[in-house]
Amino acid sequence: MSAVTLTNIVKKFGGFTAVHRMSMDIPDGSFVTLLGPSGCGKTTTLRMIAGLIDPSEGDITIKGQRINDVPIHKRNLGLVFQNYALFPHKTIAENVAFGLKYRDISKADAEKKVKDALELVQLPHVSDRYPKQLSGGQQQRIALARAIVIEPDVLLLDEPLSALDANLREDMRVELKRIQHRIGITTVFVTHDQSEALAMSDRIVVMSNGRVEQIGSPEEVYNTPASEFVSRFLGISNILPATCKEVNGSGLALELADFGRVTVPKERAPNVGEAGPAQLVIRAEKLLLADKTAPLDDRIALDGVVEAVDYQGQAARYFVRVGGHQLQAVNMIDQRPFQEGTAVSVRFRPRDCAALPGAAA
Amino acid sequence: MGWNLIRIYTLLVYLFMFLPVAVVVLLSFNASQFGSFPMTGFSFRWFVELAQNEAILRAFQTSIVLGALTAVISTTLGVLASLALVRYEVPGRNLISTLLIAPILVPEVVLAVALLLFLNFLAINKSFFLLLMGHVIFTLPFVILVVQARLVGIRRDYEEAALSLGASPVQAFFQITLPLLAPAVFAGMLFAFTISFDDITGTLFWKPGGVETVPTQIFAMLRNSISPEINALGTVMIFLTVGLPLLGLAIARRMAMQRGG
Repeated sequence: MSAVTLTNIVKKFGGFTAVHRMSMDIPDGSFVTLLGPSGCGKTTTLRMIAGLIDPSEGDITIKGQRINDVPIHKRNLGLVFQNYALFPHKTIAENVAFGLKYRDISKADAEKKVKDALELVQLPHVSDRYPKQLSGGQQQRIALARAIVIEPDVLLLDEPLSALDANLREDMRVELKRIQHRIGITTVFVTHDQSEALAMSDRIVVMSNGRVEQIGSPEEVYNTPASEFVSRFLGISNILPATCKEVNGSGLALELADFGRVTVPKERAPNVGEAGPAQLVIRAEKLLLADKTAPLDDRIALDGVVEAVDYQGQAARYFVRVGGHQLQAVNMIDQRPFQEGTAVSVRFRPRDCAALPGAAA
Repeated sequence: MGWNLIRIYTLLVYLFMFLPVAVVVLLSFNASQFGSFPMTGFSFRWFVELAQNEAILRAFQTSIVLGALTAVISTTLGVLASLALVRYEVPGRNLISTLLIAPILVPEVVLAVALLLFLNFLAINKSFFLLLMGHVIFTLPFVILVVQARLVGIRRDYEEAALSLGASPVQAFFQITLPLLAPAVFAGMLFAFTISFDDITGTLFWKPGGVETVPTQIFAMLRNSISPEINALGTVMIFLTVGLPLLGLAIARRMAMQRGG
């Protein structure tokens, strides 16, 4: 069953359309991420589900009930903000218990629930402190406890990790996923950080300019991007203009300058149906640089020259010139990274590539 | 050398500003019949007489009631207006905001005469209630300025979090917004009280016959003679109008600290 459905949602702010005809289903118990750059409409969408903004058009249902006209305080949602939004004048216990006051729960039960929630977020000993006395990560855990203690139908997370510093963010990512998994709550997560989205989600909704670009599992959106935007936004991609010569049983035969013919598997190009202009997508980590003398395998080998190296410790990001193209390759470093100006063999497998409809700028 | 000059200059400015006030305070303890130098001895005599002067006591009572009512009404209206202006999309928000602040910018005499003429036009007689309304009009901008500044600093997240947890908008206001706003509400109240307590220009125009506030009473007494009682009254006024806001500020700071800002 769908926990949340959006049907043809439109949101206009004056003359500006923040969300265009958005429809999606969020299955019960799933972790769905709205991913996109700032201004893509992801937060607006979340706030419409929360009831903080009214949609201009379309329907929102939660557990089968249309809730467009239900005010936020009657929606039974858990909301977690980027800046925690813990009430500064209340203790941690009072913060967590806040939502229980508005539900028919006896005092003893409420105390037990608060205690359990604090244990769930692994902060059982802070109940008498004030929010200011906790670190950012701890405050965010409390905010999470406050949101889930009311047993909401849906948990809405608005960039909850972006105010934390890098190391803490990764810990919280794991922690958040663990808690979500444990209580099995339907979760809508908003972020602009692709690694958060890829690591945590069951499904990712990639958005750009108020439109849904693609909905799919992390692997689907990463490996089979539905649009140039998606392939550029997630990871580093080389997107090269090509011509689709023919579509046959084995795949799509693309032809492009300096590469010759590359046959991309059909399932990696769901949006290219016929011969014509197309684009070849090669992920930077699928492009392997090798010594010119290295033995050939099943990869296509092209001649290239390293133009720049961005050393990253365990890996390096190379800018390589192959004929008229500048390509990016991210490779693990075996012994020493290739130096600038080195002539290398640039190799990739056609089955690791994807194809998009053409007319590249 | 340069710094010393600046120091001396600063000292002189402070002397110029506060010496007259100090003289009033000093003379209020003078035992002499005349409210001027030389001092003939130290005495609380004028304070005692002050406490027995019924006209002054009545004026004091009027001032306190007027100030307290002004503070309560002004603060209530000010908080509501600030909420509307900061939290809601009111059409013509800038215009309303400017109009509400305008009484600060208009010279008080002009405002006083304008209100008086307006009442005349409506054929309404002067009364305590109208005096009160006059005070509310020109204390309101101060309350709004103080409360608005604080409200802008309170993130909407807090209210939204409360709403999402099941609090109705009214409950969210009393549970979250008002407590966070408390220092500003308190400061605004003190402002309103002190300004009202201190006011003479508007009060002279608006007060109905027979009603005197402390400032108008002093003014009336001064017309007859310079009694040392006035010095004593001045001293009491100084302590009230300086001491009260300082006390209030201290309390507000304490509250803000306890609530974690």
